[in-house]
Order: sequence, then structure tokens, then C-alpha cells
Amino acid sequence: MDLSLLTWGDGGWGDEMVLGALMTLAVAVCSYALGIVIGSGFAAMKLSHLAPLRWLADLYTTVIRGIPELLIIYLVFFGGGAVLRTVAKGLFGYGDYVDLPIFVTGMVCIGLSAGAYATEVIRGAVLAVPRGQIEAARAVGMRKGLRFRRILVPQVARYALPGLGNVWQLTLKETSLISVIGLVEIMRQAAVGAGSTKEPFTFYITAFVLYLGLASISNRGFLRAEGWANRGVRSA
Amino acid sequence: MKKLLTLAAIAAMAFAGAAQAADYKKIKIATEGAYAPWNYKDSSGKLIGFELDLAADLCKRMGIECTVVEQAWDGIIPSLQAGKYDAIVAGMSITDKRKKVITFSRSYAQTPASFVVGKSSKSAGFKTGVDRIDLTTVEAGEKAAIADMVKEFGGKTIGVQTATTHENFLREHLGKNITIRTYDTQENLDLDLQAGRVDAALASMSYWVPLLKTDKGKDMVAVGPGMVGGPFGHGVGAGIRKKDQALADMFSKAIQSAIDDGSVSKLAIKWFGFDASAK
Amino acid sequence: MNWELIQESWPVLVGAVPDTLLLAASALIIGFALAVVIALMRLSANKPLWGVAYGYVYIFRSTPLLVQLFLIYYGSGQYRMFLEDIGLWVAFREPWFCAILALTLNTAAYGSEIIRGGVQSVPWGEVEAARAIGMSRSLLFRRIIFPIAMRQALPGYGNEVILMVKATSLASTITILEVTGEAKKIIAATWSPIEIFIIAGAIYLFLNFIVTRGVAMLERRLNPLHETAIKDVSAGADIH
Repeated sequence: MDLSLLTWGDGGWGDEMVLGALMTLAVAVCSYALGIVIGSGFAAMKLSHLAPLRWLADLYTTVIRGIPELLIIYLVFFGGGAVLRTVAKGLFGYGDYVDLPIFVTGMVCIGLSAGAYATEVIRGAVLAVPRGQIEAARAVGMRKGLRFRRILVPQVARYALPGLGNVWQLTLKETSLISVIGLVEIMRQAAVGAGSTKEPFTFYITAFVLYLGLASISNRGFLRAEGWANRGVRSA
Repeated sequence: MKKLLTLAAIAAMAFAGAAQAADYKKIKIATEGAYAPWNYKDSSGKLIGFELDLAADLCKRMGIECTVVEQAWDGIIPSLQAGKYDAIVAGMSITDKRKKVITFSRSYAQTPASFVVGKSSKSAGFKTGVDRIDLTTVEAGEKAAIADMVKEFGGKTIGVQTATTHENFLREHLGKNITIRTYDTQENLDLDLQAGRVDAALASMSYWVPLLKTDKGKDMVAVGPGMVGGPFGHGVGAGIRKKDQALADMFSKAIQSAIDDGSVSKLAIKWFGFDASAK
Repeated sequence: MNWELIQESWPVLVGAVPDTLLLAASALIIGFALAVVIALMRLSANKPLWGVAYGYVYIFRSTPLLVQLFLIYYGSGQYRMFLEDIGLWVAFREPWFCAILALTLNTAAYGSEIIRGGVQSVPWGEVEAARAIGMSRSLLFRRIIFPIAMRQALPGYGNEVILMVKATSLASTITILEVTGEAKKIIAATWSPIEIFIIAGAIYLFLNFIVTRGVAMLERRLNPLHETAIKDVSAGADIH
């Protein structure tokens, strides 16, 4: 462990590693937001009365959760780029290189994966809302939109938060895989530092600490959110 | 539908990375950035190394404008195929298997491979009858040297970086007698050599020579002959898309002239400590 | 798409499946035992026990397995002398030991949280009822809390099994040639990542499909009363 390698500025790798951490955070936040949107959509499909929608959602969660994330990244990045180029060339005769921007690609890949896990969490949370409450709301004459807003969403949020906290942890760590498409986040920066200085330890321990730091900060955020969602609920 | 097409057109233009390969006035060159001293980064994040200097020299000779981009090794070929850049200058050995996928310029560097062991190892004094063997044709001399290696390393564990020409050599010539352990990166292999998880490591002299001079290499020693040819491939060259053979030819010409006037040798001595230029 | 390559490569990748399974199974079995212990520590009133378990879970859940694996394997190499002195180097010398250790510690951290959630979801009434009829603490745990908690935890644990099967792919970074390790090797030699990753992806998908179905079956078997209970409730609702 050689701490002198980690100084700030041009003489050390400290600033590079912190920039990497910021990139990790940016990708993780965007992917997570996307994952929640996707997850809510597919959870609704899974709870739908229409069988084809349920099958589609089942297919999505089974496939995405069943294959390693690295494969998803490869397929979206290289496969998606090829499709885009074919379209560009076929329709517009645009023969030059067209590429998916790497940040967006990374976000879509990790978001798709996070979405699959979020689907299950949100579905479980919806099912956990006691039916009687919906019935009671209906009985007092609440309309569908109001029932959704006042009864379903606040409780789903409460039940889903611990699970969504787990999904966030997964998302944060999964971002380490998108270094393969060239996005310079913590892991890529650590690998470059290790290869350039021949001091892999210093860099992987730094990466370890940075991930721990990011997780600690966000964990605190989730605890506060849970506290907020659980206000007024009696707990054992 | 029309709206969608317009949207797609705008998107396509917006994302155009425009590696203008058709007329070769401006090209993009990819390198890995984590393979010292070939190509790596200094602590300010700037790409440096033998190949960065070489690429600058070659582009001047070719009279074209080059931009060097960084690309993680795992995606380096698919991104070339996809057109993200036009050439790879990243310590890539020219092998027949790789030639099936892309084309190469002529080689600019040729560095012999060598075993390295810990100084306290029993193999620390290992020598074969010759200092250098060329496996392009395997005759009596080469056979004897390989027999010596089998005797020295038989039953031992040797580490090598995954899918390198060095691994090809071990599988082809020593595979039956030794346990091969493969590593993602050379640094990880170094750590295991120091820890004694492997008895010896095989890699290029261009890697060992600078390393052995530093504090990290003080307990290691290079043993056995320097090896080239055969499974070690045909030197290191620039990787280029097959359809850009014309660009590969331009690179080959520039490399030839840089070798002829001694520029490559000079750069090699600066970065590796010995003349690794491909003759 | 290079079909020839696909045909050539899939037997190699399928041949590595036993290694993947061995890694996942060992980690899951040992990890489960450890997870139960950690979960109990987290639920105990003993502050130091709680603290150790909390810190352990926190660290392992917050950092990527790749970094953990790296630090355990290459990190132990840096302390060879010490490990030799206490006789552990024999184990740490082997990549397989380090891989299983890292995977086990990781899955135990996640698993303990799932089990803790299961225990906390045991209805308090059941515990009170068991106490009322005079069950001892250990009997209460064995007969009431543990079975109910496990049933609750099963879906979550099913996810964990899937994650572990996928996580074994990282063992390739410490020289183990399981499915991903073999895949990486072929990719590095042929530079055709898409074809090879499709085969590898199909293998993982198949393994995880079996896991998913297995967990679903187990869930049904562990809840033999589930359907009838629902019927009873609705019947009751009709009466009132």
C-alpha cells in the first residue's frame, strides 16, 4: 500500500479516483431511476389480468435476472450499435460511424438489470397491501385515481423501500462492469492505475473504500426515507 | 413514421463519432492505457508509453492527423469492427488466429519471451545451451532447449497472462508436463509469483526488463533462453479492419521507414531499455 | 454470427458447468449456515454480537464482490509468512479455497438479511401462543420461528441463489476456469465476444431457470395450507 500514489492533482491518482467515483455515482443514480420506472411498469404488467402482458413481464425478469450482467452490456453496446448503424446506413445512406453514447448505453444496461429486480420488489409490495383497505377505500367512494394515490402508493412505498434499498446496492456495484465499454468509473480507473504503476493493491483498496463510502452515504439516505415512509406506523 | 425517421436521423447525426476512415486524412487510434511501458497513464491521467510516441511518429510520416483514444482491452476488437476507431496500437501480437478477424500492419516490435522466477527459487540459475531460440522452425537445437525446460519445470505451476502468445507456447510445448495458470492481468501474475502460488511466470522481455530494474523486481530473475517465432507470433503490429487494407499498407510503409532510420530502436531503448524493434 | 465458432465452443463451455456449480453450491451451503448465525447475532440483544454482525453485513454488501475476491486472494498472498506460521497458507494458496471463501462470505451477508427479514415477519401471536403452551426457547425457535421464517425467506433466498450462480463468473479473475473463464479464454483467442457470450448467457439462463422452477416448487411444497387458507378466509368473509 503506497499512499503517496494517491495525492491530489497531476502528481497523484487521488483526483482521478474521486472523479471515477463521481462517474460511478452518476451512472448508478441514472440507472437506478430508470430501473424504478421499468420496474413499476413491469410490476403492473405482472399484476395485470391480461395473460400476454404477464408472460412478457415474466420473460423479461427471467431472462435479465438469469444471465450475467456483463452479457447484457455486451449485447446492448455492440449489438445495439450494429443495429443503429444498419438503420443509419439503410435509411439515410449515412455510412460513417454511428455509436451509442457510452454513458446512455451503460445507463440502459444497468437500468434494465435493476428494473428486473425492482419489478419483483414492487410486485411484492403491491401484493402486501391488505385487500381490505382497497375495499374500504372503494366503500367510502374513493375513485380509482385517488385510491391509487392515497392508499396504494404510500403503502407500496413503505413495503418496497427495504427491497429497493437492496436494488440500489446492487446497482451501485454493477456499475463496475461497464468499464468494458470504456466508461471511466471507479473500477476502470483502478485497473488503469494498477497497470500503470504496478501497485494493484493500493488501487483496489482505494476502490474498496470508495464503494464503501458511496454505500454508506446512500444507506443513510435510505434509512431516512424508510423512517419517513413508516411515520405513524406502529412497529414491534 | 415520418416523424420517427426524422428523429432517428437527428439521433444518428448526434451520435456520429465520425471516424473518417474513407480517405484516411484523420484517423482514430485506440490503445489500452494499462500496459506499461507499452501504453499506460501517468498520474495526471495522460496516456504515455512506447506506443504513444511511436503512433505520433508514424502519423507524422503518414501525413495524417491522429487522435488516440483509450479503450479497455475486453472491448478493443469489437469496437474496431464497429468503427469506433480505425487502428489499434496496443502491444498486440500478430498471430494467425487473430489474422482471421482483423488485418495487421507489418510488425514494429519483436520482443523475446522469457521465464522469470523468484531469486530464492531452485530454478534461479536455470540455463539452456543457447541464449535465444527461434521457434519458426523447430530443429535439434530448439528441441534440446525445450527438453531442458521440460526437465526444469516438469510438475511445476507456471503462470501466464490469459490468451497471450505466451500461453500458446506453454500449451503447445510444455502443456503435458506443467500446470498452467492463467491471469487477467500481468500485475496479478506478478503478485502470485511473489506469493509463491506459481513457480515461474512467462512473459515478454519488454515487460520484464523494466520491471526487474525496479524495487518490485528485486527478488525476481529472468531465466532460460529468450524465445521468438512459432507460437510467439510474428511480432507486434497495428491492428486494422480487414476492409481498410489500404490503411494497413500505409502503416506498414511508415513503420518500415521508422525502423530503417533507427527511430523505432531509439524509442524502444527509451521505454524498454533494449532494442525491441522488429527487423 | 459465426456458427462454426458457436458449434466449436459450446462443448468447451458446457464442460465447465460442473466447476460453476461446485463453486455456487459450496458457497451457498456453507453460506447458509453462516447466514443463520449472523442473522441470529443481528437479532440478539447482545451489543457486541450485534455490532460485529452489523459491520460484517455492511462491509460485504457495500463493496463489489470483484474487489473482495481480489483482496482475499492477492491480499492473502502478501501475508504468506504469517499465514504459513498459523498453518493456513495451505488453504489460501489455492484459488478454489479463496473463491469459495469470498463467495461464501458474500452470500452469508446477503442471506443473513433475508433470514432476519423472515424472522421478523413471524407473527407475534404465534410466538405468544407457543409460549403460552409452555414451549422452551429452543423448541420455540426450532418448531415455530425457524420454519415460518424460512418459508417467508424462501423467495428472497431464491434470488440469492441466482445471484450466486452468476457471481461465480468472477472466479475467473483469480485463475479458475469456470464457464466465464473458459468463455473469456475463447474470446481472447478469437475476438468474437458476441457469439461466445450468447452461449455462456444461454448456459447461465438455463441453470437459473432450473433454480427458479426449483424454488417455486419448494415454495408450493412448504405452503401446503396456502391455498386452503385463502379459501377459508374468503369463505369467512362471505359469512360476516
